[in-house]
Amino acid sequence: MSLGSIIGVDVGGTFTDVFSLDLGTGETAVAKVPTTRPDQSGGFLDGIRAAQPDMGRIRSLVHGTTAGTNALLERKGARTGVITTAGFRDVLEMRRRDRPRTWGLRGDFTPVVPRDLRLEVSERVLADGTVDQPVDLDAVRDAAKALQAQGCEAVVVLFVNAYANPVNEQAAVEALRAVWHNPHVAASSEILPEIREFERFSTTALNGYLQPEVAGYLARLETALKGGGFGGEFMIVQSNGGVMSVDTACKRPVRTALSGPSAGVIAAGYIAETAGYANLITGDMGGTSFDVSMIVGGETVVSPQTSIDFGMVVRTPMIEIATIGAGGGSIASVDAGGLLTIGPESAGSNPGPVAYGRGNTRPTVTDANIVLGRIDATRPLGKGLGALDLEAAKVAIEEHVAKPLGLGVMEAAEAIVRVANSRMAGAIRLVSIERGHDPAKFAYMPFGGGGALHAGAMIDEVGIGRALIPRFPGVTSAMGCVIADMRQDFVQTVNATLDALDLPGLADHMQTHFDEGQMVLESAGSEFASREERFELDMAYIGQTHTVSVPITVKVENGRVQAPTREAVREAFEASYRGLYGRLLKSGIRVLNLRSSVIGKRPKFDLARLAPAKDATVEAAERGSRPVFVRGQWEEARIVARLELPVGARVDGPAVLEQPDATIFVEPWLSATVDSYGNIIIEQKGEQA
Amino acid sequence: MAHVGTAGEAVDRTEKARGPEQGVDPITLAILAGRMEQIADEMDATLFRSAFNPIIAEAHDASHGIYHAETGETMVQGKNGLPIFVGVMAFAVKAVIDKAAESGGPKDGDVWIFNDAHIGGTHLSDMRLVRPYFREGKLFCWLASVGHWHDVGGAVPGNYNPAATEVFQEAVVLPPVKLMAEGELRTDILDIILRNTRLPQSAEGDVNGQLGALDLGIKRLDALLDEYGGDTVNEALAALAIRAETLLRREVEALPDGRWEAIDYLDNDGITDVPLPIKVALEVKGDRLSLDFTGCAPQVAGPINIALPTSIACVYVAIKHIFPSLPANAGVMKPIDIKVPEHSLLSAEFPAPTGGYTETILRMIDVIFSAASQAAPDRVVANAYGTINALSIAGKKSNGQRWVMFSFYGGGHGGTPEGNGLNHGSAPISMATIPPVEILEAAYPVAFRQWALREGSAGVGKHRGGLGAVYEIEVLEENGAEAFFFGERGKFPPKGVAGGGGAAVNRFDYEQDDGWHQPPMTSKMRGIVLKQGQKVRLQSPGGGGYGPASERPAAEVARDVALGYLSADQADAAYGNAWRGNAE
Repeated sequence: MSLGSIIGVDVGGTFTDVFSLDLGTGETAVAKVPTTRPDQSGGFLDGIRAAQPDMGRIRSLVHGTTAGTNALLERKGARTGVITTAGFRDVLEMRRRDRPRTWGLRGDFTPVVPRDLRLEVSERVLADGTVDQPVDLDAVRDAAKALQAQGCEAVVVLFVNAYANPVNEQAAVEALRAVWHNPHVAASSEILPEIREFERFSTTALNGYLQPEVAGYLARLETALKGGGFGGEFMIVQSNGGVMSVDTACKRPVRTALSGPSAGVIAAGYIAETAGYANLITGDMGGTSFDVSMIVGGETVVSPQTSIDFGMVVRTPMIEIATIGAGGGSIASVDAGGLLTIGPESAGSNPGPVAYGRGNTRPTVTDANIVLGRIDATRPLGKGLGALDLEAAKVAIEEHVAKPLGLGVMEAAEAIVRVANSRMAGAIRLVSIERGHDPAKFAYMPFGGGGALHAGAMIDEVGIGRALIPRFPGVTSAMGCVIADMRQDFVQTVNATLDALDLPGLADHMQTHFDEGQMVLESAGSEFASREERFELDMAYIGQTHTVSVPITVKVENGRVQAPTREAVREAFEASYRGLYGRLLKSGIRVLNLRSSVIGKRPKFDLARLAPAKDATVEAAERGSRPVFVRGQWEEARIVARLELPVGARVDGPAVLEQPDATIFVEPWLSATVDSYGNIIIEQKGEQA
Repeated sequence: MAHVGTAGEAVDRTEKARGPEQGVDPITLAILAGRMEQIADEMDATLFRSAFNPIIAEAHDASHGIYHAETGETMVQGKNGLPIFVGVMAFAVKAVIDKAAESGGPKDGDVWIFNDAHIGGTHLSDMRLVRPYFREGKLFCWLASVGHWHDVGGAVPGNYNPAATEVFQEAVVLPPVKLMAEGELRTDILDIILRNTRLPQSAEGDVNGQLGALDLGIKRLDALLDEYGGDTVNEALAALAIRAETLLRREVEALPDGRWEAIDYLDNDGITDVPLPIKVALEVKGDRLSLDFTGCAPQVAGPINIALPTSIACVYVAIKHIFPSLPANAGVMKPIDIKVPEHSLLSAEFPAPTGGYTETILRMIDVIFSAASQAAPDRVVANAYGTINALSIAGKKSNGQRWVMFSFYGGGHGGTPEGNGLNHGSAPISMATIPPVEILEAAYPVAFRQWALREGSAGVGKHRGGLGAVYEIEVLEENGAEAFFFGERGKFPPKGVAGGGGAAVNRFDYEQDDGWHQPPMTSKMRGIVLKQGQKVRLQSPGGGGYGPASERPAAEVARDVALGYLSADQADAAYGNAWRGNAE
């Protein structure tokens, strides 16, 4: 019997990428098809058919989706109602008293649930968990009727201090479920039992807002897949870089908010670690933005929350991604003071760069790369693009950059690329510094279609030792889907001093998280190479507001969590605190939250399967040469078909390595070699063996 | 009359300064502009990450930059620092330059520290560290770091003392002194500082964080100068100042010539209940802008005075809100003349208290907006809520432990040329967020009975203002509590622009055995004794409206009524009853 195949599908804004791996033969295939809008399921199915026409052979299908993100950004979620504590109906709209931008005092905010669909009921729990006022269930039922009459499809219960004692929320949500017409009902203590009402309410409300939309989308996909003969497991990538079952995704769609980008970071981490680099900075260059993430000691850096848009806070563990507005479509202009600037205005992918001939006349970073000869105007990357209009790109650069600066058009094009490189390098340095790391000790991995063009420049600008370009940079996220582990994260606010911490109570919470996590793994119908559970406490000295994540070693014997000792918790805190700040304080210690993760490790595929064919030769990969403009002069650059290069091949710059989903530029002072997995390593010429 | 600015000579200086600019090609200039801003950003990031004190670590009440070797003028400042610090730091550096000159000039490795607001601007909580940067034995520029410390001694924790009539009742005053001399930490100075704060651990963490940020700046400047050479960087800095200046000149040129006035008032200084005028005459002449504050109140006894450097910095904040793309560079101030009367509220002299400087600069920003809107109605937003609303509730628990809940509260932003004002936004001078109710209730014996938008508080207009908020807080502690409140806008509402209406005034009520009361000074009071179960209620102003109410579409008024942003009667009174045809 055939082992079948495992397929990763990443649906992005422009393209749907598919990566498939035949578990029997080890053969891989990639496909790139246009994303369909508004319903992404069309492109999804096209992509799968392109990679694996026989859906019956698919054993496992993993999906990175932007369906949830788009519904949030475009405000296309369901009409959602809120039932909340008397006096607190406006928490979602008041946010944490912020504003969209530091300067200008402009910009309004419309919450996803308008004020007239936020109804108050009499109830109150105090911070210590005392019930100050029991919940008025008749009022809850009346509110449900009123919201149904208003056409609400989802409803959420948001009570103050429900993290400390969920009894009122539980009673309310039980009463609601008895009368609500669909399963889209949730309480904030079910979604996120963590202190901070705005973050909890926002996460819960956005989850309700997404539920009908995401559940509908996934149901359409499942039906179509089954119709095509698919009988394997179907999983969705979460923002934390792990995967979850479709059933979980329907209940917790808010966990898909950064599904797509996080899969790419997971793949990058795995590829780099396999290649021998545990410390990695990734850079994903898209049409309008440049996204930076870090992997430190083999672990992706995870942040506890993010804002999808101003005021739309989602608090669920996410792979940390810092974004600046410098992508291929970012527009270059000269401001009134005579300074060349790149972005934040962008032509995106539509109309896109001037050279695409779709109506944009202002020069972009991609236009500059075309004029400099780094992108081949006669053979563009994206499907559906004819030859690029090199002359139009030149005219635009001449008009908008060269003339105002008094430069020649080539110098102006190079200036655009150099300023863009400088901005990207700045983002990389800042992300490193904010995390307390020296970027010079990291390798850099670009992914996305455009990033590899600028990889060499990051070596110069950031002082990074080497850039690592994966075999298929344009489908990294789809490959990440195939690699990601199954992961469930849990949180419970404890909020006690260490001296007063109820250790058996803490162990009970750990047990609940462990059991729920194991149950999810059992019901997934997937095989795991191994399982792992992690427990962390958010801790601080009394009086501090910034907490430190403290990993706690906890024994689990025969499925029973053994409570840690007070001393073990103290020692773990002191070790973490000293690691971060170099010293300890004499104050008391407070434990704020318990965070648990249950991970099912999925079998990894051998990246060596991606290595070039044994009979590949450098000669066969040669594609001649073309002039490329670098540092003020034209140089004849070697053109090489990247995928045809053999292991160990070395190509000195100036060179352009081309492949269907990306173009790699090797500056004259850099050199590229192919490692045993087919990755390209770019380093300074002098630094190579 | 204290004159600041450079009327007449600025153009000449511009022409002269064009000399070195020839030397830097536009590509290098664009790259260096980014690289130098990056250095300041990295200094910000270093302090935000390492500070213990949440006012710096979370609210980012800090700033870093690179300053001119001789004049102290701002050359580069970080993007993420507190808005009001952009502009005020140059005065701190100049103060150190003057101080250093008294003792033979700065030496490599020296670091000065001080908080004196009368020479450095803002208030005594803001501790400034200033360090010279030497290149090949010669002073190249200055680096500086400012951060808001948690406590610097004085009569009340946190240094917001509404009854202060001298700085000595606000905090310990530190003139510029050397914290480090040629690389050696002067532990005697550090000992003095740490003995004069209620939170020495926090203060020590902040000192170390700020020193670390300066170290990083030195390291990054070394690398930059190694790469590009001192001359090129110097030329680039000069060229960037000219470009900043040119940017503002182009913006001002696009405005019509003319003179526009605006006046507004502070409720009182908390000591005597007399309204205090703040007046501006804004004049546009060609590519120059002048702001004349003649007619503002004289210096007062209470802590709402500001020192001259604060006034200048505040003008910068207002101008940058109107033209957000301006860089943080002293060049921006060259085309601006600022006139501030001597011995006034806006140029108070030592030892006048300045702890409540936030209220005064917020009002300055309001009058600048009101005047500028007449010149450029399509560029300027209406007044925001205009008060920081500092409210403190404190007491002792039964176990004797002291507690102090101190927070600033939000309000509405003004309507804009593009749309409605933001509900419940942050103050224009800050990006600090408000703590969640649950964090406050977990830390202090209080319960919020209301945390809501304040209906009917927005200024009406084609684009209405944002709504203010209602916060009602009950004391749960059986020993009761004591409250103090320091706000503004209790008598004079935030104004609309371009024909828009004013917002609701600020209102503070407190409960006693015989019912609810308001402070005799309207917006300021200390020593309010509350028993268990008694409440205070703060209702903050909304923002002013933009454009005439008659131009607001009926459907939008109907929507506002449906959402409860204002009542049907209020809508009839402000907009007429046409909306009723669109009622939902």
